[in-house]
Amino acid sequence: MDALLPIVNSISWLFLATGSIFLLIGGIGLLRLPDFYARTHAAGVIDTLGTGLILIGLMMQEEIGLNTFKLVLIGFFLFFTSPTSSYAVAHAAWVAGQKPWTNSNGNTKDAKEDVES
Amino acid sequence: MFGAVAAAILVTMLLAIIRLALGPVLYDRVLAANTFGTATVLLIAVLGYMNGRPDFLDIALLYALVNFVGTLAILKFSRYGRLGDELPDSEQNLQGEKD
Repeated sequence: MDALLPIVNSISWLFLATGSIFLLIGGIGLLRLPDFYARTHAAGVIDTLGTGLILIGLMMQEEIGLNTFKLVLIGFFLFFTSPTSSYAVAHAAWVAGQKPWTNSNGNTKDAKEDVES
Repeated sequence: MFGAVAAAILVTMLLAIIRLALGPVLYDRVLAANTFGTATVLLIAVLGYMNGRPDFLDIALLYALVNFVGTLAILKFSRYGRLGDELPDSEQNLQGEKD
């Protein structure tokens, strides 16, 4: 098993690096996307890919044991709650009358925020 | 290696805070706060592994739970103006018509 250590370590580092890249992509997306609904996509990228890859990368750091189980638990929990919370935010915005930004009717680059709350 | 990942997470948190400050609408802010919370979960886990103290993962798990509940609490408060304690009788029927 020890022979595999450098390989597993580099794979783990690969997962961690990719997860960090997706975290940054999601963060930049949060800023640049024009409209609230588009930003939910960026938040989704962070919640799913960024979190998932980093957790998998951390799992590879040690032999399968208690820590791996805790990481699986965190991943399992986030797997169910991040879509739920994203849905709750988007639904609350929709119910409150937030209109999605469309390029067709000549909107400016930044969304015209209907709901000033 | 962990330092780079922790730095990336910190940058993401910074971007989320900028969106939280800029966000024109309340829901942008709630989204940014939710993202910030998720990034905190990751930061705690990574810092735990960086300092060789993997029992940080319990804290990360708890933070994930609290972050989820916090997001829903903000939404509920913004929608109903209260967090679920009973309406006083006088407003009971009023609340019905207003919706």
